[in-house]
Amino acid sequence: MLEVHDLVSAYGRIEALHGVSLKVEAGEVVALVGANGAGKTTLLRAISGVQPIRRGSVTFAGQRIEALAAHRRVALGLAQVPEGRHVFKPLSVVDNLRLGAYRRGRAEAELSLGYVYDMFPVLKERRDQAAGALSGGQQQMLAMGRALMSRPKLLLLDEPSMGLAPLLVEQVFAVIRRLAAEGVTVLVVEQNAFAALQIADRGYVIETGRIALSGTGAALIAEPRVREAYLGL
Amino acid sequence: MDDLSGSNVMADFVQFAMSGLTVGAVYALVALGFTLIYNASSVVNFAQGEFVMLGGMATVFLAALGLPIPLAALAAVAVAVVTGLLVHTLVIEPARGANAVTLIILTIGVSLVLRGAAPLVFDKQFHKLPGFSGEEPVSLLGALVQPQAFWVVGGTAVIVLALKVFLAHTLFGKAVLATAADRMAARLSGINTSVIVGFCFAMSAAIGAIAGILVTPITLTSYDVGVILSLKGFAAAVLGGIGNPLGAVAGGLLLGLLESFAAGYLSSTYKDAVAFAILIAVLIVMPGGLARVKHVERV
Ligand SMILES: Nc1ncnc2c1ncn2[C@@H]1O[C@H](COP(=O)(O)OP(=O)(O)O)[C@@H](O)[C@H]1O
Ligand SMILES: [Mg+2]
Repeated sequence: MLEVHDLVSAYGRIEALHGVSLKVEAGEVVALVGANGAGKTTLLRAISGVQPIRRGSVTFAGQRIEALAAHRRVALGLAQVPEGRHVFKPLSVVDNLRLGAYRRGRAEAELSLGYVYDMFPVLKERRDQAAGALSGGQQQMLAMGRALMSRPKLLLLDEPSMGLAPLLVEQVFAVIRRLAAEGVTVLVVEQNAFAALQIADRGYVIETGRIALSGTGAALIAEPRVREAYLGL
Repeated sequence: MDDLSGSNVMADFVQFAMSGLTVGAVYALVALGFTLIYNASSVVNFAQGEFVMLGGMATVFLAALGLPIPLAALAAVAVAVVTGLLVHTLVIEPARGANAVTLIILTIGVSLVLRGAAPLVFDKQFHKLPGFSGEEPVSLLGALVQPQAFWVVGGTAVIVLALKVFLAHTLFGKAVLATAADRMAARLSGINTSVIVGFCFAMSAAIGAIAGILVTPITLTSYDVGVILSLKGFAAAVLGGIGNPLGAVAGGLLLGLLESFAAGYLSSTYKDAVAFAILIAVLIVMPGGLARVKHVERV
């Protein structure tokens, strides 16, 4: 589904990714864990095409996409829920969702709207409110709903549980499990490494711009280095 | 006698107010175009006033070639739109990611190029267009108002309203708002933000050109009217709280009124100085401009 090879990305002269390679197979949930500043957000942004790359390749659904503009990657079925939600604050909830289906027809957008409202009933209740007026948790639901409006084959989630109350964190992970059950492929970045690795088929550990470890979710949870550095065990 | 001087005072006031609103409407449209581009791209476009010049001058010269004025005006708007798109494609797009100061210098460069080219394509004379509804002044509360003034003010109202409807009620308009609100999220939602920014340049150029066409029967036009309009439009946008479209319109009207009253009651020598002095004063007291409301809808 997704294959990143030897990806290098930099901010000005400072390199943030020093040749990252990873793979996500169709139907998998893959977790990417690592400390603050390790390069997780940079990597997801580079995959989506909103962060320039210096070198390397990104193959999605059998097609090289590293030279494609971000909006074309969305059209191919690659969606992202960015870190910090990034909802369109002045726009209403329903307009935020409709914009998530920007590249699809009106009829398809209406269908997806029903699907997203079913998954997040609170968004239906608040559909005419400005997104900026929602609580943090609701904004996270909206950001996820907006990404799902494009009917992605692969969903990239950047710290979806950041700053949420425990009950909402649980809800976010429930949604990821539901998406996985529906056959959506997921690459999730989490500071909540334990929860992420638990629901993941496989995981990668990234350290200062390099992949340091990889394995099944269970194997990584059992790995002493991971337990000490990321799980606090 | 008392009564007569009282009505003179009234007539003067209305006279100044109407001429202030007319000039202010042009500032408002320049400021609106400015805001559209700024919100979609963070580019401070100091070439905005040149679109006003293009609208007026191209209409004059196309009409001189024998085109009926409505057709000439339409073609002039098209000329401005193509110019706006060229500026976006040839100057702004290649400089994407450059810092704000570089982009400002680039748009000042564009403005100088357009002003330099204008006398070659057109000439260095002042030009006038006939008023759309004749030249016979209308009496309004004792003041004599050119009928074209109503075209300017009415045209401005129609443009502002049409823009509002477009942004609030079409998916493309909402994509413009989304790009203004959060460019990265817009790209992640599948919106081609380059197209949106290009569209905003085209739209701003059209709005500027229409302003130029509407006002030329009153103020005349020449190849070099753009610079001061860019400055005044920028001032109006800042006065209204930069990034806020309704603030830009209000700022433009206010600036026009201030100028007109300063010129009428003090001296026309000081009208620019007075307007900018008040602008500076307002900004010292209210650094965010007149619209201090946070999270206003951005165009
Ligand atoms: N906009 C930016 N400008 C400069 N450096 C940045 C920027 N964003 C991130 N970085 C740097 O890139 C590195 C990776 O950051 P990031 O991808 O955000 O890490 P993570 O998401 O894993 O916390 C960090 O060293 C960070 O300081
Ligand atoms: Mg991050």
